[in-house]
Amino acid sequence: MHYLPHTAEDIGSMLRVVGADTLDDLFSTIPDDCRLKADLDLPDPLTEWELNNHMEGLSCQMAVAPEYKLFMGAGSYEHFIPASISYLLGRSEFVTSYTPYQPEMSQGTLQAVYEYQTLAARLLGMEVATASHYDGATALTESLLMAIRITGRKRVAVSSLIHPLYRKTIRTYFEPSGYDVVELPYLENGTTDLGRVDELDDLAAVAVQSPNFFGCIEDLQKVGEKAHEKGAFFVPSFTEALAYGLLKNPGSYGADIACGEGQSLGIPLSYGGPALGMIATNKKYMRKLPGRLVGQTKDLDGRRGFVLTLATREQHIRREKATSNICTNNSLCALAAAMYMASLGRTGIRELARQNHDKAEYLKSQLKASGFNIPFDRPTFNEFVVEFPPGFEKTYERLLKKKIVPGLSISPFYPELANHYLLCVTETRSKEEMDELVRGLTIDNSKLRD
Amino acid sequence: MTELMGTTGLILNEPLLWEKGKKGRCGFSLPKQDVEPSPLDPELTGEGPDFPDLSEVDVVRHYTRLSQWNFGLDTGMYPLGSCTMKYNPKTNERQASLPGFSGAHPLLPDTLSQGALRIMFELEQYLTEITGMDAATLQPAAGAQGELTGMLLVYAWHQSRGSRRSKIIVPDTAHGTNPSSAALCGYRPVAVKSNDKGILSAEVVSEVMDEDTAGIMITNPNTLGLFEENILEIADIVHSMGGLVYCDGANMNAVMGVAQMGKIGVDVMQLNLHKTFSTPHGGGGPGSGPVCVKKDLEPFLPVPRIVQKEGRYALDENRPDSIGKLQAFYGNFGVMLKAYCYIRTMGPENLKKASQFAVLNANYIKEMLKDTLHLPFDRPCMHECVFSDKNQTPDHITTLDMAKRLMDYGFHPPTIYFPLVVQGAIMVEPTETESKEDIDRYIEAFKAIVDEAKHDPDLLRQAPHKCKVRRLDETTAARKPCLAG
Ligand SMILES: Cc1ncc(COP(=O)(O)O)c(C=O)c1O
Repeated sequence: MHYLPHTAEDIGSMLRVVGADTLDDLFSTIPDDCRLKADLDLPDPLTEWELNNHMEGLSCQMAVAPEYKLFMGAGSYEHFIPASISYLLGRSEFVTSYTPYQPEMSQGTLQAVYEYQTLAARLLGMEVATASHYDGATALTESLLMAIRITGRKRVAVSSLIHPLYRKTIRTYFEPSGYDVVELPYLENGTTDLGRVDELDDLAAVAVQSPNFFGCIEDLQKVGEKAHEKGAFFVPSFTEALAYGLLKNPGSYGADIACGEGQSLGIPLSYGGPALGMIATNKKYMRKLPGRLVGQTKDLDGRRGFVLTLATREQHIRREKATSNICTNNSLCALAAAMYMASLGRTGIRELARQNHDKAEYLKSQLKASGFNIPFDRPTFNEFVVEFPPGFEKTYERLLKKKIVPGLSISPFYPELANHYLLCVTETRSKEEMDELVRGLTIDNSKLRD
Repeated sequence: MTELMGTTGLILNEPLLWEKGKKGRCGFSLPKQDVEPSPLDPELTGEGPDFPDLSEVDVVRHYTRLSQWNFGLDTGMYPLGSCTMKYNPKTNERQASLPGFSGAHPLLPDTLSQGALRIMFELEQYLTEITGMDAATLQPAAGAQGELTGMLLVYAWHQSRGSRRSKIIVPDTAHGTNPSSAALCGYRPVAVKSNDKGILSAEVVSEVMDEDTAGIMITNPNTLGLFEENILEIADIVHSMGGLVYCDGANMNAVMGVAQMGKIGVDVMQLNLHKTFSTPHGGGGPGSGPVCVKKDLEPFLPVPRIVQKEGRYALDENRPDSIGKLQAFYGNFGVMLKAYCYIRTMGPENLKKASQFAVLNANYIKEMLKDTLHLPFDRPCMHECVFSDKNQTPDHITTLDMAKRLMDYGFHPPTIYFPLVVQGAIMVEPTETESKEDIDRYIEAFKAIVDEAKHDPDLLRQAPHKCKVRRLDETTAARKPCLAG
C-alpha cells in the first residue's frame, strides 16, 4: 500500500526495540474478549486507477451544471468560482495543517483567518466575526444560545420565514434544555408578522432571516426596534451572504448578532456541505462568542503576528462551562470566502450582487407577464416565490427531463402554499436560459388551461 | 544530529489584504449583464462592503506568500497527539472535486442524486462494519457535533422509556469537547479519575453510577493512548443501572480491524473522519463526525436517513422518533467523499495494517525516548504516547520550550499540555504514514533538544529561531483583543 512506508526490515527492527515478536503482540493490553477475531467485511482495495473509474461513474449520476440549468437556491446557491480560488485553496500548506495551535508555524492560516474575520465583519456591518462555524443553521442556533446565555432568558421568537431546516436544527439543539421556541407567522406581503412579539415575555432574542425563505427582504428596522423594545437580542440571519453586496447590512439596523450561511462566497455546492457558518457581533459581546477567534499581536521583536485568542471561552479550557462545544470548525471554507471577497473587492461584489438582483427581477417580470402569480409583493434579492397552476408536477417532471430544474416546491414546508415554488436566479443563469424556462412553463401552462 | 532540517528559505513579507490594492481593480471575471437594470428600492440599498479592490495577481501572490508561512503535513512530520495527522492522499482530493460532486445541489430530487446517495449509503455501511455497530448517521460536521448527537440520542432513548436523568460520567482524561457536549445537552458531567495505570477501573465507575446517571462518555483508546481494559466490566455496570455507554471514537486509528466497539459494550460512538479516515484538517476544518449506534438507538438518528430499495437510493424523512437535524443538509459531503475513497483504496487488510503500524510507531517512539523524557505511564501504548517535562524541571525548561525548539529542527511539535491529568504533557502521535527514518530523526531531534536544555537552556527559551515570527505575545492579544482590522 503506497501510503504505508514500512518495509519488512523496518517492521522487524522496530518490533525488536519495542520487545514484541509480532504486530499482533502490540495489542497485548487489549483483553482477549475485546479482540476482533475475524477480518473486517469490507470491499477489496481499488487501485488509484480503478478508483478514478469508480468515482467518475458515480459522479456522472449527479445532475449538475453546465448540463443542468438550476433555478433552485433555498439555502445553497450556485455561483461562479474563479479558478484562482480553487487553485489557492488547494495549496497543501493550508489544506494539510491542523488548527493553528502553534502560531509561529501557522502564520499563514492565522493571518488569513484574521483577514476573513475582518472582511466578514465589514460585509455584515458588525465589529467582530468568528473564525467559522459548521453551517448557517448551526451558526443561527449558536447565536440564539449566546443570546440566551447573555440575557439569562429562556425563550426565543423565530420567524416562520427562517429556512425550515434551520428551524429544525434549532429545535433539535434546544430539545433537552427545554428552551422555548416561538414561531412568528408571516404576513401577506411575504415578511414576518411581529404582532405576537408584544404578547411574549422573557424573550432572549428575536430572529428573522433576510432575504427570508421566500426571498423577500425583511423590514429589519422594524424587527430591530421591536426586539429592543422587549429587551431582547435582535438576531438577523441569512442564507445568501452575497445579498449584502447590495442590501443595507444587518449592522446598520442595529443587529446584536448577525449570523448565517456563507456558502455563496466561493464555496462549491458539494451536496450541502462543507459550507460556512458565520457569526458576527459587536465588541461588547466578543467575550461571549462561541467558537474560535484570531487576534493580532506582536512577537518578541515587535513584529506583527497573529494568534488564536480569548481561548478561555472554549471547551479545551472551560470544559462544561464553555460558550460552545465546537472544536474543529470550517476553517478552509472561511479561507475560500476570504479569497472570494478579496477577489471581488468592493467594486466587484456590488456589481455581482446587482446582477443577481436584476436577473431575478427579469425572470419575475417575464413570469408575471406570462400570467403566473407572484404571491408576495415585498422586494426580493435573487429568489422569489411563484404560484403555478394545479397539476404543475407534470410540467416540473417534463422540465427536469429537459435538464431544467424549475425551483423548489415549498408546500412540504408550508402546506398552505400548494403549488408554490421558490425560484432562484444567480449570475450563472443567462437571459437565454431564463427565456427558455419561461417558454417551457408557458407551453405547458396553456395546455393545462385547455 | 548532523544537520538541522530547519532552515529559513526565502520567505517574503506580505501586508494585510486591505493594505494592498487600488480602487477600481478587480480579481474576478465579472459576467456580462444581459438584462435591463432594475434598481432596488433605495431604502433597502446599502453602500456595499468596505473591501479592498485587488487584481487576480495581487490575490494569488498574497495567499501564496501566506501559505509559505504555514507548516503542513505535506511539509513534514506533524505528530500532534489526539489529532491523527496522517498523510492525506491526493487522489481523494481529486475525486471530491469531480464536478458531479462539487456541483451537486442538496435539494435536487433523489432520482438526480443517485451517485451521492450511494456513496453515503455505502460509507455508513463501512463505518458500522469497522465499529461493529448497527447503523450510522453521517450528518455531524465534526467530532464535537458527533458527541452532541450522541448525547441527544442518549437523551431521546431515556425519554422514550419515560426516564429523565441529569448526570453523565466523564473521565478526567476526556477531551474538553466531551463535558462541553454533554452540558449542551443538559447533562451535568461527573468527573471520575483514571487509576495509576492511566485507565478507568470498574470500581470508580460503580461508585458514581446511579439511576440519575444517563451513562458514561468514555474515550477508547483513551487520551493517554491506553486501551480501556475494563471496558466490558464498566459497560456492564452502566447497563445494569439503565445507562448507556458513549464512546468518543476519535482514537479509532489504533484499533481498526483489531477491536469493534459495538462488540464490547458501546451503544453509541462518533468517528472523526478527519483523523482516522485521512481527510485533511484544512487548518482547522471542515471535518466530519459520523455517529454509529446499536439497534436500540437507530429510531432516534437524525433525518433524513438514506435508504435503499431495489438498487435505488432515497432520502427518508419519515422517522417520527428522530432527534431532528444537526445542520441544514446532510453533513460535510465533501469530506465524506474522501473518507469513502480512503476506505475503498485501503481495503480491510490495509486498514488493519494502518492501525498496527500506528501502534508500532508510537511504541517505538515511547521506547526510544523514555530514557530521555519522563514517561508517566510506562506500559504498552496504542497509537500515541504521553511524556512530560518532569526531567527538565531542574533545568527550568518546560514542555513549551521544547515544543518551540522542535520547530527549528523542522518538525511540528506534539500536542502539549493535554491530557490535563499529566502535568506538562507531551503527547506524541506519529501515525502509520511516517517512515522509520523520519521517526528516527524526530527522536534524534528530541534527544538533541533535551541535551541543549542542559547546556544552553536559553536557546530553548528563545525558540523558535527559524520561523516567520518569534514567540508571540498571547497575553496582550487576550487582554486587548484586536479581532478585525
Ligand atoms: C479525543 C478527542 N475527542 C474529540 C475531539 C473533537 O473533535 P472535533 O475537533 O472534530 O470536533 C478531538 C479533537 O480535537 C479529540 O482529540
